[in-house]
Amino acid sequence: MTELPFALDGWFAHAAYALLVGIGLFVLVDDENLVKKVVGLNIFQTGVFLFFITSAYRVDGRAPLVVGEGPFVNPLPHVLILTAIVVGVSVTAVALTLVVRLYDEYGTLREDVIRELRAEARREVAAAEATEGSS
Amino acid sequence: MIAGDLLALLVALPLLAAVVPLFLAPQSPRTARALTTLVLAGQVGLAAAVAWVAATDGPITYVVGGIPAAFGIGLFADRLTAAMVLLVALGGLGAFVADRSARDGPYLSLWLLLVAGLTGVVVTADVFNLYVFLEISGLAAYALVAHARGADAALAALKYLLVGTVGATLYLLGVGYAFVATGTLAMADLAPALAAAGHDSTLVVAAFGLMAVGLGVKLALFPLHAWKPDAYASAPPAVAAALAALGSTVAAYALLRVTYGVFTPAFFEAVPMVRTLLLAVAAVSVVAGGVLALREPDVRRLLAYSSVSQFGLVGLGIGLASPTALTGALLALVGHAVAKGGLFVSAGAIAREFGARTVGEYAGLARRSPAHGAAVAAMAVSLVGLPPTVGFAAKWYLALGAVEAGSWAVAAVVVLSTLLSLAYAGRLVERLYLGEGGSDPTRGPADPPTVATDGGRGDRWALAVVLVAAALVVALGLASTALADWFAPVVEGWL
Repeated sequence: MTELPFALDGWFAHAAYALLVGIGLFVLVDDENLVKKVVGLNIFQTGVFLFFITSAYRVDGRAPLVVGEGPFVNPLPHVLILTAIVVGVSVTAVALTLVVRLYDEYGTLREDVIRELRAEARREVAAAEATEGSS
Repeated sequence: MIAGDLLALLVALPLLAAVVPLFLAPQSPRTARALTTLVLAGQVGLAAAVAWVAATDGPITYVVGGIPAAFGIGLFADRLTAAMVLLVALGGLGAFVADRSARDGPYLSLWLLLVAGLTGVVVTADVFNLYVFLEISGLAAYALVAHARGADAALAALKYLLVGTVGATLYLLGVGYAFVATGTLAMADLAPALAAAGHDSTLVVAAFGLMAVGLGVKLALFPLHAWKPDAYASAPPAVAAALAALGSTVAAYALLRVTYGVFTPAFFEAVPMVRTLLLAVAAVSVVAGGVLALREPDVRRLLAYSSVSQFGLVGLGIGLASPTALTGALLALVGHAVAKGGLFVSAGAIAREFGARTVGEYAGLARRSPAHGAAVAAMAVSLVGLPPTVGFAAKWYLALGAVEAGSWAVAAVVVLSTLLSLAYAGRLVERLYLGEGGSDPTRGPADPPTVATDGGRGDRWALAVVLVAAALVVALGLASTALADWFAPVVEGWL
């Protein structure tokens, strides 16, 4: 039996996947920068994709072409992840479009600053209504 | 094979038609809009045909492209699927005609994509394909929410997107675990393969956990609900209505399918812990959603929180896993979709006509618009669960199922949910009928740009949709035994 290459050794591949998913989710939740949130989402998704790809691997497996002798790697997860990558790209595109719109409106990419600006705008509206009511 | 082709057309029609308005609208917006309406109406016809075939000839299956289901993609429709498909088609059409303010190409195309994605989630018989359709409907929903003017909508849509994508990706990870455990993705093959892999194996439990949490995000069960009020409150009114009626409903249907069609009740028996957790989360959702709705002044956010509570009830039905409780969950699913869709259409129309958006501003509106008032009251009564509405039948079956199963805690939560919803829905109806003055008649609509284009015509359509929804809520309530009988073969097949 051939030694597994280090990069695809069972525990290593799973540790890498878990690490990517963890880092991605952490950045997504923790970072105030909206672009970095999207980047976090991408890392998270990539981790999941890699999990699928490692599941397709087998020792001495070849690309699953109809010609030639086996064993082959399992092509199904590859096909699935190809689809999932397309979905991921579309999601990223929509997310970045929204971030651009928010930047045009608020001039910042930071969520905490946007929250403050919105709270300020609400206070101004409330104050304007109050003076209107009293006059 | 005709029946199977119908099933494929159900997804293909809106999916392919979605390309057209994008290019047609710049030349002729009226034609694009008429075409979209026509496609949505055609979808209703197709869905009705599928329902007819599913009722007379039994479940329909279809294999896409003739590739065997183990590698290819299967479609499947039984009576429950047919009912959901019909619900999606009617909801898509109803919410679309109710608001005539937005009519540009991307909006129309996205609307058709949303309907195609939601229909796909319902009819697919492949867990990975379900993920793809979940994301198609999700992407369409994010973009549609962002279609409203202003930065609020963009922020709400971005939040919705981030949370929704994490949910869908967690579901995908669960699919990966199930695939590693069994080597198949077709729902029909997964059920025996998962049993063979051992229901209590870590891999299978992790697969269910991840899929359930992923779908739980789309269902907006507490504490994964935070995206919902923002998204619904800032989306264009028609989009909010469609998403409120269909978005989470279809995710709940997917959870039902995955739980009972793929993992089967034997999984619950092998790992009772999962069931307990599901019941606990659902119960907390019921109570938290109700309390949050109670404290909320904005009508659309109130309705969104009420959805959190209602989907908790559906979760309770799924967790109880008895025929009576499952029937209750299915009735709750249908009843909530009709009532909440109608309420959001009404909220949109009232905001356009009277500029009223908060519970306080609704004061006395029933006198100025008796039809809206009566319809809102009827649908609110269904949310509370009083006879003769479908909400009553749903809660009756749920409570009965809980008592039969000896789960007194669940029965208590169902009763508590009635009290909570009576408090928040009652507050709305009380303002509507008994509130003094309130909304200043001279003030007019809050944001005129959204009305403008065709004066009162859009609102006549909205009123018609609201009245139909209210009538349906009562009619389904009166015919609740027939509806339960319609679902009976599916529920019996699961248990």
